[in-house]
Amino acid sequence: MASEMALEKARAAADAAEAAAEAARAAADAAQTYADQAASGAADAAGAIAHAASGGAIDPFVFRLAVFVLAIFVGYYVVWSVTPALHTPLMSVTNAISSVIVVGALLAVGVDAVAGQEANTAWAHGFGFVALILASVNIFGGFLVTSRMLAMYKKKS
Amino acid sequence: MTANIAAFLYLVSGVLFILALRGLSHPTTSRQGNFFGMIGMAIAILTTLGLAVPSGSGWVLIVLGLAIGGGIGAYIARSIPMTAMPQLVAAFHSLVGLAAVLVAAGAIYAPEAFGIGEVGSIHAQALIESSLGVAIGAITFTGSVIAFLKLDGRMSGKPILLPGRHVINIALAAAIVILIVALAMTESHTVFWLIVILSLVFGGLLIVPIGGADMPVVISMLNSYSGWAAAGIGFTLGNMALIITGALVGSSGAILSYIMCKGMNRSFVSVILGGFGGETAAAAGGGVEERPVKQGAAEDAAYLMKNASKVIIVPGYGMAVAQAQHALREMADKLKAEGVEVKYAIHPVAGRMPGHMNVLLAEANVPYDEVFELEDINSEFAQADVAYVIGANDVTNPAARDDPTSPIFGMPILDVDKAKTVLFVKRGMGSGYAGIQNELFFLDQTMMLFGDAKKMTEQIVKAM
Repeated sequence: MASEMALEKARAAADAAEAAAEAARAAADAAQTYADQAASGAADAAGAIAHAASGGAIDPFVFRLAVFVLAIFVGYYVVWSVTPALHTPLMSVTNAISSVIVVGALLAVGVDAVAGQEANTAWAHGFGFVALILASVNIFGGFLVTSRMLAMYKKKS
Repeated sequence: MTANIAAFLYLVSGVLFILALRGLSHPTTSRQGNFFGMIGMAIAILTTLGLAVPSGSGWVLIVLGLAIGGGIGAYIARSIPMTAMPQLVAAFHSLVGLAAVLVAAGAIYAPEAFGIGEVGSIHAQALIESSLGVAIGAITFTGSVIAFLKLDGRMSGKPILLPGRHVINIALAAAIVILIVALAMTESHTVFWLIVILSLVFGGLLIVPIGGADMPVVISMLNSYSGWAAAGIGFTLGNMALIITGALVGSSGAILSYIMCKGMNRSFVSVILGGFGGETAAAAGGGVEERPVKQGAAEDAAYLMKNASKVIIVPGYGMAVAQAQHALREMADKLKAEGVEVKYAIHPVAGRMPGHMNVLLAEANVPYDEVFELEDINSEFAQADVAYVIGANDVTNPAARDDPTSPIFGMPILDVDKAKTVLFVKRGMGSGYAGIQNELFFLDQTMMLFGDAKKMTEQIVKAM
């Protein structure tokens, strides 16, 4: 009798384990789907994985917003610690790094033509190409002019 | 490359950008910081190329674009004179703004490349994020172009006041908001371009009424805007590097604007509303100053400084205009050879952009540890034998400290009037940007040296 009950319990436990495994597999699948979606588009994996982990309850937007808000605080403290003597190089280097917008230009230039959307894709290529040139002027110009300035700051000999 | 690795690498490049700014806390670490920034940028570009591998023709365009843009950028960076730095920074801001507009246009025309849906069914959220980026980007573009023209002297630095400009601006801002909502609902390309056009007009109207002397605030503010525009696009792309960078640049520009406003004792709102420097200058031009001033020659100045034990040099925008920094360094070298202690005092709003004077002095090989900020050196004027004011004016006006009726009352100033002798290099008796008379000129210990800042300094060097 006792053994029968134990057997029953074990079976129930096995069922539960199976259900848990099933759930885990479903979650993994969901994560995989999200990851695939993200991979097919731009990089959105961090948000998507967290999205899946939270059971889909939290939108990736919230994660981006969190990063954004925290980065504003980081920027606030980092910039206050910049010495006033270097405020001009600060402006030119922030100029250079904001040209990381070049990633958007690269995506637009590199996109493959979608059937039925050839005209739109051609426009995107054009916009992306001009944006790429502008951003690269800024990247090279910004970093080089900053290093030229910084090379001039010397200590008393 | 998987999306996970890509997201991680974007994070790394964001962190490297933070380190780039962190390095600027001291001149010795700054070069390393700049190097971190370059690595961060390289990582971001390579990651994007690895994640969304371009087609064959795409590669050609990308290499071509990088080569053209990089070539132009490198050429400008090498050939630009240091005195032209404010207008160069303004021009670079305009490029970021325009690039943001174009990237968003690319996203609207080829949304599948950005993972935000397909043409006709782009997520509303992505549309709002990118249209915010577009609006701020377009404002940054025309605003920076106007700032560039003013700083480069191709457009009058005087504020240009349109009648009813506040009403026009508010109407434009409201129209842009309504259009953004309309775009989110319809995804119409026409509405998108309307947002671009209205924002371009808005950006121009916003900067046109702001006078040349307020440019330090404007240029920092546009710096901030270019960051927010990048962040808007970063949200659309879900790209960590862009979001982090946008936030960093946005807060950096905002802090610089705040420091500049404080340096002028003006509120940010009053700067934005514009008009400062125009009317007041005209009003002050009415009364001709009758009081006598003491005038001196280069020889007198040379004699006074040679026999001093401590000289504090106060440079301003006039030094930049006259390119007098090299002559100034020569003068300081001669004085140091005579055993005179020489220091430089920099007001936060001296020049046309934050840190403008420091860069010019560094260019002339003035060691950075001889250059001091207002709060670090102000107490030393009382022990100085000579204060040599070259190209600065309003930032030395004791009225800002003593006269509550003065329009610049409350503005922090360099206490040059506490020095035993004040040598004031100036072209003529005209007033500074605030359009008010400087009480300093009429003090007993002040000697006016009329002439071009560079020529006068060279004559002093010769007379030593």
